[in-house]
Amino acid sequence: MDTSTLAIEVKGISKSYGTVKALDKVSLDVRRGEIFGLIGPDGAGKTTLFKILVTLLNADEGTATVDGLDIVKDYRTIRSRVGYMPGKFSLYPDLTIEENMEFFATLFGVTVEQNYDLVAPIYKQIEPFKKRRAGRLSGGMKQKLALSCALIHKPSVLFLDEPTTGVDAVSRSEFWDMLHNLREQGLSILASTPYMDEASRCDRIALCNTGRVLDIDSPQHMVEKFDGRIYGIKSHNMYDLLKELRDNRCISSCYTAGEYHHLLAGAGFDLGDLKQRLIAKGHSDVEIKSIVPNIEDIFIKLLSNEQY
Amino acid sequence: MSSTETNHIIQVKDLTKQFGTFTAVDHITFEVERGEIFGFLGANGAGKTTAMRMLCGLSYPTSGNGTVAGFDVVKEGEKIKRHIGYMSQRFSLYDDLTVMENMELFGGIYGVKRRELKKRATTLLQKLKFIEERDTMVKALPLGWKQKLAFAVATLHSPEIVFLDEPTGGVDPITRRQFWEMIYQAASQGTTIFVTTHYMDEAEYCNRISMMVDGKIKALDTPANLKKSYNAASIDEVFRTLARDAQRGD
Repeated sequence: MDTSTLAIEVKGISKSYGTVKALDKVSLDVRRGEIFGLIGPDGAGKTTLFKILVTLLNADEGTATVDGLDIVKDYRTIRSRVGYMPGKFSLYPDLTIEENMEFFATLFGVTVEQNYDLVAPIYKQIEPFKKRRAGRLSGGMKQKLALSCALIHKPSVLFLDEPTTGVDAVSRSEFWDMLHNLREQGLSILASTPYMDEASRCDRIALCNTGRVLDIDSPQHMVEKFDGRIYGIKSHNMYDLLKELRDNRCISSCYTAGEYHHLLAGAGFDLGDLKQRLIAKGHSDVEIKSIVPNIEDIFIKLLSNEQY
Repeated sequence: MSSTETNHIIQVKDLTKQFGTFTAVDHITFEVERGEIFGFLGANGAGKTTAMRMLCGLSYPTSGNGTVAGFDVVKEGEKIKRHIGYMSQRFSLYDDLTVMENMELFGGIYGVKRRELKKRATTLLQKLKFIEERDTMVKALPLGWKQKLAFAVATLHSPEIVFLDEPTGGVDPITRRQFWEMIYQAASQGTTIFVTTHYMDEAEYCNRISMMVDGKIKALDTPANLKKSYNAASIDEVFRTLARDAQRGD
C-alpha cells in the first residue's frame, strides 16, 4: 500500500518501562479519513502508543509515520499536524474557556476565527460559558473544550486518548456523534477506549491487551469471522446457573453478560438437552437463545486463548 | 426506629444536600434491603457522589434523615464510617506496601484484633489464590488483581454493607466478570452491596437499581420491572430515556 494513503503507519513498535513491557512489537495502519479505535483495558499500552506517535516519547524499537512523516526525523513537523487530547485533563484550569482556545490557537500560529467552522459544532455547546474558568467546568464540558483546543489548528490527524472514560452512556454516545462529524470533514482519527461497546462506532479497531495487539479488523468482520456459537441464557437464579453451566462439559465457557449469561457451545452441545437438564436441577424460567457475539465476547475469547 | 430491627440496611427520607444555592441532592427517599445488590446509577453531575458521601458518613445532609447500618446519617457519621466497607476505583490500596501490610493496615484501622486479623487475611488470600503474593508490593500487581484485593480489604472487618464506587473502571472484561462473581458471592453470604457503575450490563446484575437525574431519584426498581415500565429492551435504553431530560451536568 502506498504510504500516502495512510494517516498513521506503525511497524513493530516496542517500549519498556524497566521490566514492564508496555508495548510489544505493535504494528497497525490507520487509513486516511478513518476512525480507528484502540480498544483495551488499562495497561494495554494505549497511552504509551499515543505518546510515541505524537512524538512525546521515543520507542525502544520499531518505526512509525504520522501523516506520511517519520516520528523521529520529522517530529517537529508532526507536532504541527496532529491534534492530541491526552487522557488526563491538560488545559489550564485558571484560564477561561475563551482564553484556553486563544492560547492554543496562538501556539500554532492561527486564530480562533480562522478555523471556527471546524470547531463550531462542538465549541458552540460551551461558548455560552466562555468566561468561565476551565477548572470549574463539568466533566462533559471539559471534554468538549479539550477537543476544541485539539482541533483549533485544523490538524490532519487527531489523537484522542480515552476521551470518554468516566463519562456516562448518553454523553459518550454524543461524543462519538461529534467524531463522525469530524470524519466527514476529512480528519483521520485514532481514539482509544476501554468501553468495548464503543467499538461499533469505529471503522476499524485494534483489540489490545498488556502491550500486544490481539486482532485488527472492522467490528463487523470481527463478528462475522467469530469461530463458535454463542448463546444467551437466563433463569430465576443467575449465580447458581453460572456455576451449573461451568460444570457442563459441552460448554467451552460461560460468563456474565448482563441480563443473560453468555455461553460458548462446545462439542456435543444440545440446546434442548441443556434446557431439560437445568429444569431437572430445579431451575425455573429457563430461557436460551442463539445470539450474535459482540466485541466483548470476541475480546474474551481472544484473551482466553492466550492466558486465562 | 433503628434499621437493625427492620430489614433495611439503608433507609433515608428526603435526604438533601445544598452547596450555597445549588441543590446537589434533592430530597431523595429510598431503602436498601439487607443482602441486596443495589445499583446506584445516574448521569455525570446527577449528584451520585454527593449522595454516596452522605450515606458513608463523610458529609452531613443539609436536611432530611435516615439510617445506614443502624446509625443516624445526621448525627452518627463517625459510627457509620466504622461499620461500612468502602472501595473506590481512584483510591484503594497503598502501592508501596505489600499485600499483607495493606491488609494489616486497613484491618487495624477498622479495629480488627491482631490475631483475628491474621486469620481472616490468610483465609481471604487463600480464597483469592493470592497467598503466594502476600509479600509482594501492591504496585507490582496487575490492575485486575489490585481491584480484587481492594474488595477483599474493604470486607476484611466483615461489614454489613460495602459501598463500591465504580469498582471496575478500566478493568479487562474477564477480570471485570471475576470481580462481579466476588460481589455475588459476598451478597450470597448476606453482605449488602451498594454499587455505582457506568457499565450498563453490570446494572443487570443488581437486584434493584435506582437512577438519579438532576439530584433526584427518577426511577427505582428491579432491572426487569424498569425495562417493562419504560418499554425498553435494555437498561441502557432506560438510562438514555431518563438522562436525556437532564438539565444539569453536561
